[in-house]
Amino acid sequence: MTAETTTTVTTTIDARGSFCPGPLMELIRGMREAEVGDVLAVLSTDKGSKADIPKWVGKAGHTLIGVFAREGFDEIIVQKVR
Amino acid sequence: MDESLNLVVFSGTDDKLQAVAVLAAGAAALGRPVHLFLQYWALDAFTKAKIDGDHGLAPEAGDAGRAAVDALARAGQASWAETLRQAKDLGEVDIQACSLSMDLLRLEESDLDPLVDGVEGVTAFYLNAGEGQIVFI
Repeated sequence: MTAETTTTVTTTIDARGSFCPGPLMELIRGMREAEVGDVLAVLSTDKGSKADIPKWVGKAGHTLIGVFAREGFDEIIVQKVR
Repeated sequence: MDESLNLVVFSGTDDKLQAVAVLAAGAAALGRPVHLFLQYWALDAFTKAKIDGDHGLAPEAGDAGRAAVDALARAGQASWAETLRQAKDLGEVDIQACSLSMDLLRLEESDLDPLVDGVEGVTAFYLNAGEGQIVFI
């Protein structure tokens, strides 16, 4: 399966198996370490992530590139803006 | 400054403490200051002697609830104490012991796990809460 985006992912955070709010917390930690412009992909099996992460991204002022349903998990792709 | 979230944590069973940890972590992730005020059986669960132990579940859990909670733990769910440690790393999470409950349980500050930042009275808790929501668990 190919990503429905041409953006190159800088870092992939595999949070599969982590329960709410683990994937979001892992993304926030990853964002702290990332450079502005970096693209982070979070893989999550937590059903809340596809709702929670886009909302957090909006509030934190980053860019949501997309939410993709993969086989058995979701991939949420985000770009660090500031 | 975002509105604070203030949890009065009374119950000391693992299910309710897990709920507290998730609520605290979510608010911390959003940049909201979080204050936990530990009373009674919750405070007892935050002692060095007991924090890593089994604190049981709320009575309504029953056998099926126990099995469900155990299954999630086996699947790798972080303990409530670990989730609170991560929440503290993520944002502003201040955990205070209720001084009355310290007396009730005959505890000294040195008995408490390092997750607990200090001991305060209810008035300090209200003042720190300001206009923020207060939730009792």
